[in-house]
Amino acid sequence: MATNGTEFESVRTVSVVRHYKLGRSLIPAVDGVSLAAGRGEFIALLGASGSGKSTLLNLIAGLDRPDSGAIVVEGSDLATMTSEQLAQYRRHTVGMVFQSFNLVHTMTLYENVELPMRFAEVKRKERRARVTEALERVGLSDRMKHRPSEMSGGEQQRAALARALANRPKLLLADEPTGNLDSKTGTEIMDLIRELNRTLEMTVIMVTHERSLAERYANRLVFLGDGKLVGELENTKLEKIGAGR
Amino acid sequence: MRAYDLIELAGRNLREAGLRNSLTTLGIGVGVASLVAMLSLGIGLQKLATRQLGRSGLFDTVVVTARGETRGPRFSQASPVTGQAIPLDDTARHKFEQMANVAEVYPNFSAVGDLRLEGAQNAASHFSVVGTLPQSARASEAFDDVQGSFFSAPDAPEAIILSDFGRELLDVPREPRGSETKLTTDQADRLLGKTLVLKYHKREVGESAPLAGKTTKKGERDPDDVESADNQQAEDAQSFNLVPKTLKLKIVGIVSSEPNRGFRQGRTPVFLPLTLAESLDMVQAGELWSTLRPSETKTYIALIVHVAKSKAVAQVEDEIRKQGFSTFSILDASKGITRFFTFLDLFLGIFGSLALAVASLGIVNTLVMAILERRREIGIMKALGASDGDVKRIFFVEAGCMGILGGALGAGLGWMIGRAINFATNIYLQRQDIRPENFWVVPVWLVAAALGFSVFVSMFAGLYPASRAAKLDPVQALRHD
Repeated sequence: MATNGTEFESVRTVSVVRHYKLGRSLIPAVDGVSLAAGRGEFIALLGASGSGKSTLLNLIAGLDRPDSGAIVVEGSDLATMTSEQLAQYRRHTVGMVFQSFNLVHTMTLYENVELPMRFAEVKRKERRARVTEALERVGLSDRMKHRPSEMSGGEQQRAALARALANRPKLLLADEPTGNLDSKTGTEIMDLIRELNRTLEMTVIMVTHERSLAERYANRLVFLGDGKLVGELENTKLEKIGAGR
Repeated sequence: MRAYDLIELAGRNLREAGLRNSLTTLGIGVGVASLVAMLSLGIGLQKLATRQLGRSGLFDTVVVTARGETRGPRFSQASPVTGQAIPLDDTARHKFEQMANVAEVYPNFSAVGDLRLEGAQNAASHFSVVGTLPQSARASEAFDDVQGSFFSAPDAPEAIILSDFGRELLDVPREPRGSETKLTTDQADRLLGKTLVLKYHKREVGESAPLAGKTTKKGERDPDDVESADNQQAEDAQSFNLVPKTLKLKIVGIVSSEPNRGFRQGRTPVFLPLTLAESLDMVQAGELWSTLRPSETKTYIALIVHVAKSKAVAQVEDEIRKQGFSTFSILDASKGITRFFTFLDLFLGIFGSLALAVASLGIVNTLVMAILERRREIGIMKALGASDGDVKRIFFVEAGCMGILGGALGAGLGWMIGRAINFATNIYLQRQDIRPENFWVVPVWLVAAALGFSVFVSMFAGLYPASRAAKLDPVQALRHD
């Protein structure tokens, strides 16, 4: 697997292309995007709907494969991995949060947070400690036995964050994490993500279409349009943090 | 993913769609039940048939005669007489007993005697054939409904009689021949424990006096006097005398059909214990020949070799033939019966499997439905790091769980159906005055095999849904709608 870039680099995409077939025509969802993220960086992917930002995020998450190009995360190229290796990668390196929270409705909060550790074959005793720790970090340690349907949207997204932390990933990928929340709860979630970014030194890549939100939290803004990278902006308004570029 | 996690996840998924999965499992259960019921019927019938045939003594018996022997049972003998005939004596008998797979060797004994019930007012004599029974005959089906008991010892002065003969002794009207009707309790009480006086002729060595001369001496004798009677020195060891004797026998048992019938010819209504009969040295039917053909040692007309398992009959028969004797057995019949039941079991098994095949389609249906329902969940699991294999295994284990539960349910159900039908049939049989039989047998291996087969079929049915679930594209599954 290719190892290029500095030791501070977390994610690098090289001319990534991803087409979708729609009838007979090929639609380029991501069309040659090259971008890099340093360790501990907080990047916002901005663009209108259909700009390819979610597709790019899914490619970095290892849920999808590029048609060409390379995606190097923590020194390994996802494009060359087998599906089993990709699953391993998703298990140990990435944590994800979604707009619609994507908790399993039939499971309690505890079980939801425990789920990724089942796939990672973490021992039961350690799971309990890790679930408790993750839920304490997001402030839900008293709701362990509750099901997602008994919780508010903000609580559900916090639970999803706790689940994303369970396997202690180096990279947090967020797809419109505040899209289904009111602005007050959205701010709470963003504060929490920033806290995780700073205290755990997790690299965060967040897809959003709200520029104001991006400017408040991200230290770099990346603009996509029609699957292409159309602009990059260092966020100077943000107070300086530990690991930037 | 670890096994307990797999099972736990599969279990909770099954509980989530409880009703649907219960119905599918019930379907499997019914399928397995029909398979178990069918096969247990086949097995039961086969057991019943082999037990009946086995106890008839036809399939585990080799009749041995000396080559060139004209006495006794005459069967077609393909083997040519070569060289000098080897005598069928105690040496030969002992040799047979030492052979592998031989359970027992006893002479084919058939004598004639005069029988009379002691103390009865009209104590008429009955001239009759007297046979013997080895101790193993106790297992014979004739003793299933014996009135009284079996011999207390192989040399006890006791007799077992046929119910027909019992009627003759009591001078009550005969039943139609071969009806094998039991005596009434009252009739049996009048015979059991009573004394039967047997008059017979002993074959004695060492006296050249003519047969007619001896018979003039005939009279009542003490039965214990058997050995010392006519204590004359042997003048000519090559000749025999027929000495009339009397023996008192206690009637201990009454049977309605001849035990250990085997290849016995004619009708034998009275039986003595084997050792006792052998010690009496009775003149046997068809033995006149030997009185004219002198020999120094006692030879047998025919020996019956009882083989421990019917499979070994051919091997035992071969060995005996090699030793220079003529043999007879029914070999191929038992093979044919086994073949018949193999086909019957196969047929019943296919028939029973049909329901299971239909039930397995139910599993496919249920799991495909579950994939549609749990589409998003599968996507979430993949996003959280589940591999294709993990997803596949979860569905696979779900199918397997339904198989195990359905199999256990079905085995139990099949057993109960079997019990019920057995019970009902036996009530009918009893009404028809036929002895109830256990023709429905559910052996442990059948239960285990049914369970295993059920799990196998279920997993096979889970193959397609599982791989379909594994192939689900997580991006598609998670697309918010």
